[in-house]
Amino acid sequence: MNVVQEREEQITQRQQAVPRSLVWTVACSTVICAAAQILMKIGMTRVTSLDPIALATNLPLVAGYGLYAVFCVMMILALREGELSVIYPIISLAYIWVTVLSYFIFHDTLNWLKLIGILSVILGVAMLGRGKPR
Amino acid sequence: MTTPISSMALVLVASVIGSLGAVFLKLGAARLHNLWSLLNWRLGAGVGMYLGSSVFYGWGIKHGQISVLYPMVSLGYVWTLVWGRLVFNERFTREKLAGLGLILAGVVCVAMGSK
Repeated sequence: MNVVQEREEQITQRQQAVPRSLVWTVACSTVICAAAQILMKIGMTRVTSLDPIALATNLPLVAGYGLYAVFCVMMILALREGELSVIYPIISLAYIWVTVLSYFIFHDTLNWLKLIGILSVILGVAMLGRGKPR
Repeated sequence: MTTPISSMALVLVASVIGSLGAVFLKLGAARLHNLWSLLNWRLGAGVGMYLGSSVFYGWGIKHGQISVLYPMVSLGYVWTLVWGRLVFNERFTREKLAGLGLILAGVVCVAMGSK
C-alpha cells in the first residue's frame, strides 16, 4: 500500500463516527478494569500458599480476576463495534484510575515522574490506535 | 513501599506471554469456519497464554506498587507491534513507532517514580 492510500485510509478512519453510547460504555468499563486491579492486588497480598481452596475462597482475588475477565470481553466487543483509534485512548483512562485509587487505598507514592510516565503511556497507546488501520 | 525488580520482571514476562497469546488467537481466528474449528490448537494456545499471563501478572503484583506495575502491562503493546511485524508482516508506521517510544519512555518514568 502506498503512502497516499494509507493517508486516505487514516483520514476516513478518523471521520468514521463512533456512537457516543459506545464511548461512554468503554469509559465506564475502564473503572471496572481499575477496580479489578485494586481487588487483584488486595487478593494477592493475602495469598500465602497455593492451596486451591484458599485461592478459591480469596474473595478479592476471585472478584478481581472475574471483573478483569468481564472487562476483557467488553473490550473485545467494543473493538468489534468501534474504531481502534477511538477505543484505545479511552481504554487507557484505566491508568489514571489505577494511579488515583492506589494513592488513596494503598498510599502508593504519587510524584511527577509517575504522572509524566502515565501521560506518556496514554499518549503512546493513543498513537498506536492511529497507526493501525481497521 | 518500593517496587522490587523481581515484581517488574514478572509483569514483564506476563506482558510478553500475553502478547504472544494475542498472536495465537489471531492465527486461530483466521482458521475459523464452523463451530468445530473453535477447537483448533492455535486458539487453545492463545487462551492458555492469556491465562498463563494473568498468573504471572498476579504473582508480579503480590509485592510492590500496583500504580507502578499496572502501567507496565502496556509493554504488551510494544511486543505486539514486534510480533505483528515478524509474524503477520504488518508494517511499522510512523504513528506506531512514536507510540512505541512514548510507551517505553512512560514505563521508564513510572518505574523511576516507584521510590
